[in-house]
Amino acid sequence: MLQVFDIIGPIMIGPSSSHTAGAVRIGKYARSILGTEPKEAIIYFSGSFSKTYKGHGTDKAVIAGILGMETDDERIPISMEIATEMGVTFSFVEKEIDGAHPNTAEIVLKDAKGNQAVVQGASVGGGNIVINQINGTEVSISGKSDTLIIPHKDEPGMIAAVSNILAWNGVNIHGFSLCRDQKGGTAVMTIEIDGGIEEKVNQVILAHPHILGCTILKAI
Amino acid sequence: MKYDSIAELVLMAEKQKTSIGALVLKDQAKIAETEESVLFATMARSLEVMKDSVEKGLDKDKRSASGLTGGDAYKMKVSVDAGKNICGKIFGQAMVKALAVSQTNACMGRIVAAPTAGSCGILPSALLTIAEDRGLSDDELTMALFTASAIGMVVANQASIAGAEGGCQAECGAASAMAAAALVEVCGGTPKQSEHACAIALKNILGLVCDPVAGLVEIPCIKRNAAGVANAFVAAELALAGIESAIPADEVIWAMKKIGDAMSSSLKETAEGGLAITPTGKKLCEQVFGCSK
Repeated sequence: MLQVFDIIGPIMIGPSSSHTAGAVRIGKYARSILGTEPKEAIIYFSGSFSKTYKGHGTDKAVIAGILGMETDDERIPISMEIATEMGVTFSFVEKEIDGAHPNTAEIVLKDAKGNQAVVQGASVGGGNIVINQINGTEVSISGKSDTLIIPHKDEPGMIAAVSNILAWNGVNIHGFSLCRDQKGGTAVMTIEIDGGIEEKVNQVILAHPHILGCTILKAI
Repeated sequence: MKYDSIAELVLMAEKQKTSIGALVLKDQAKIAETEESVLFATMARSLEVMKDSVEKGLDKDKRSASGLTGGDAYKMKVSVDAGKNICGKIFGQAMVKALAVSQTNACMGRIVAAPTAGSCGILPSALLTIAEDRGLSDDELTMALFTASAIGMVVANQASIAGAEGGCQAECGAASAMAAAALVEVCGGTPKQSEHACAIALKNILGLVCDPVAGLVEIPCIKRNAAGVANAFVAAELALAGIESAIPADEVIWAMKKIGDAMSSSLKETAEGGLAITPTGKKLCEQVFGCSK
């Protein structure tokens, strides 16, 4: 349902909600998935992004997001200079990703220790985004609410186990997806929740023997 | 409230003997389960950003990221300040501000989408210009932004505010209708007159296509913001004089939706038609991206 600030707003850096504001948010999400300070970024632009990124400032917007800036940060136009000053290296590659939304970016981030995150996201209009791949795993995350990414062994009862822990702690799930590489292999749950989640709940989830990790991604 | 009819909004405002803006603020606070003062403060912040975006856009030398545009608001300001412009001070000032905000957007400055980035110059220029002329307070302008957003919500719900769906009529048209209704309210008109202003503004811009050169929010968008605010003043002026729209606002919005649906996709933000594919449009595209689309 529309609200007044969907019409008067958002406050943003121009020129385009999809090519600028959305691009900042994809960059920001990639940063939060890496979870540490990025040192190196390779950005692959697909579709309309690859054709028009220079004129729309999409490149500056993604870098701004990777540096942790908000969509209305007035430093977005000089984000590349800031990145260079901070010693963050970056490059842009035009690449057509088959079947991807026209405004798609794939971001490969590395930190100083060599940890890596590969995130693919699309800017779907009005500054809204969908993150559709994290480290090769298909997901569907809007970034509008806190999201849990839980890799786990593909065993019976895993969904029930996690959803029970969330239920006991009063956390409401409003989005859920699951995918796995192969039967009995590794599966990944993506759970979008209302409000936030306390760290102690995270610890309970992590204590489960078949859970391999639990990353809490804050809404952006 | 469902925000699916302008007539209904007007009827409720009349019944409760209040302005559309005040009615919407009350309703939105209820929906968001918060105090009216909280929403009002958030909107006041948008007004501040709008003012700032006017100032930033008056820069003489600043060019857009593509290099295609820049400096027009300054030129217009010089003309108005010298008393040379032919449409009088209010029209001149409104055009200066509309160009300025729109240029700030093209130059990667901070703006408030109203309702979109492409049409972000129209509403601020209308309100800030009339405020200068009539000495209106920021509170009055902030309330008028609620009025404008109510019109925008109905247009978004019943038609569209996206150029990719409805052409430029959906973006600059919606912004123009929002500004017209808000202008009527701050100038002491009735909710019914706001409805007529909204209808007139939209009617005047029906059928306008979205054909940006090189797909960028610059040509013809920046100048269409100047035209959009002029259209808002025309519509508000007519309505305040007691002139009525023969076609009710809700039916104009319905017509806008039908026209948008009938519009070829080449004319809806794809840069595959209209000005974008003129010889000069293609040349400029090539200049920016090294190849034409």
